[in-house]
Amino acid sequence: MIEIRWHGRGGNGAFTAARLLGHAASIHEGKAAQAFPSFGPERRGAPVQGFTRIAEQTITDHSQVYQCDCVIVLDETLCDAADTTAGLKESGVYVINTARSAEELRADPRFSDIKNLFPIDATQIALDLLGAPIVNTVLLGAAVGAADLVKMESVEMAIDDMMGESLRGKNKTAARAAFEKVKEVRRNE
Amino acid sequence: MSRKAFLSANEAAAHGVRLSRPDVVSAYPITPQTTLVEKIADFLADGEADYRYMMVESEHSAMASALGASMMGARTFTASSSQGLLYMCEMLSYVSGARHPVVMVDANRSTATPWNIYGDQRDAFSMRDSGWIMLFVESGQEALDTVIQAYRIAEDPEIMTPVMVNLDGFTLTHTYDMVEIPDQETVDRYLPAFRTDNKMSLSAPKTLCQTVGPDFHTEGRYLQQAVFEKAKQVIAGADAEYGRIIGRSYGGMTEEYRCGDAETALVAAGSVAGTARVVVDELRRQGKKVGLIKLRSYRPFPKEYFAGLRDRFAALGVIDRSISFGFEGTIYSEVKACMYGGTKTALGNFIVGLGGRDIPKTQIAQMYDKLARMAAGEPEKEIQFLGMRWE
Repeated sequence: MIEIRWHGRGGNGAFTAARLLGHAASIHEGKAAQAFPSFGPERRGAPVQGFTRIAEQTITDHSQVYQCDCVIVLDETLCDAADTTAGLKESGVYVINTARSAEELRADPRFSDIKNLFPIDATQIALDLLGAPIVNTVLLGAAVGAADLVKMESVEMAIDDMMGESLRGKNKTAARAAFEKVKEVRRNE
Repeated sequence: MSRKAFLSANEAAAHGVRLSRPDVVSAYPITPQTTLVEKIADFLADGEADYRYMMVESEHSAMASALGASMMGARTFTASSSQGLLYMCEMLSYVSGARHPVVMVDANRSTATPWNIYGDQRDAFSMRDSGWIMLFVESGQEALDTVIQAYRIAEDPEIMTPVMVNLDGFTLTHTYDMVEIPDQETVDRYLPAFRTDNKMSLSAPKTLCQTVGPDFHTEGRYLQQAVFEKAKQVIAGADAEYGRIIGRSYGGMTEEYRCGDAETALVAAGSVAGTARVVVDELRRQGKKVGLIKLRSYRPFPKEYFAGLRDRFAALGVIDRSISFGFEGTIYSEVKACMYGGTKTALGNFIVGLGGRDIPKTQIAQMYDKLARMAAGEPEKEIQFLGMRWE
């Protein structure tokens, strides 16, 4: 089973991304998936978490996620509010929205031990392609590129299923752009 | 054709309501039930359903309206949680005593104070003697399927008793999973239209919700008790028939998981049963003979089943997400009472998951360790709160 944790702020779509990923894995790849938010009251701007589990067999586990194969951070200021690397496995993948490079991040002791570190300037991609700083689908594309969670085509189908008509095309383009960018980084490693 | 969707258990339950074709839905929103009644309203707004949706001013009115609608022969639904359920409490016994087959979902949540919006099962168990059949589910799929089954049970001419379907707040209500949504025609074959003579009628006027004094009161309660005894077969039958027509069933009142040669077993109701399955599988891989009993029906309680377990396990534990202060965990009391007459099985009660606290797999494994110690005759307290901050 793969366990993924999303760090976002209330209203910026982290849980929507968690659901898109679960939808892609279950509906379009025939796997089992589960998605849930950090439980409790919802406040715009407050730190929130989302979780996705993906497995080959039915998931009956209803306990919280303690160990992660992948962590995705939608807003780098969250690293000051929460321990975003908690429970990240040694082989785990860490994707973060930042304008800083991997080298710059590694100078920070909080990130220096992460083997699979994928910074991506998702805000810039979102501004360029969506015309707004909404980064959830951008980071979904990046995470799929970084950790091979599902096929990118499944993500695009999930966006078609779950988003309104006016948002689908732009979000698929933005997610694909981030996916390709991360794939490029991995090819050059 | 059935179709698959990635849904929360609240949304799945809402599909169960839609497919049951209620005439009237009356509801007042409360966390964590809100997204369930919102989804029911969405179906109406999108033209996918044609029930009358009553937005009332309180939970008390929600249940009163449900009663009024049911008294007109309407198939009726409502849902609530926690303080909302407590507020509608007065109406629960009106509905059940007058034998109106209303179905409700309780999104299980703790009760104040301390104020807490998170999940445990205190709210439901405080309604133990309300005269409602009480079922617990483990997943979103089971929520959808059990809402449909609930109408079949409630409206059975020999039962005519309301049913409360319990979903764990947040751990189920806000968790998304793949759910198969049956098609309307198949559900229609399983659940016929509601017909009753127990309703207001100009051509056959009668008194409903009547006063009954000491002269007949005991006989009325005797008949309600007889109905709950009969409901044991009806719940099992409704579940089996659902399996034949729609393709899924859940064991009726209880389901055993890997209990065949088990030396120790846990009893669990709700979503924690799902987590316990994972722990059982892991311990089995380590060669430990452990099993799980999922409790699906709390009222009626499967007394004969648990009495039959009397000497089957070396130790039997019960997971409770509620406690009756001054006594024991709520489910544990019932299981233990069924063992009256003597048992060689060591019994233990684990109080966990209160006010939304997570029940991790390590904690369930710890329960099985404790059961193994009890089976070996080592001292363990009978009733234990696990995972305390000072441990």
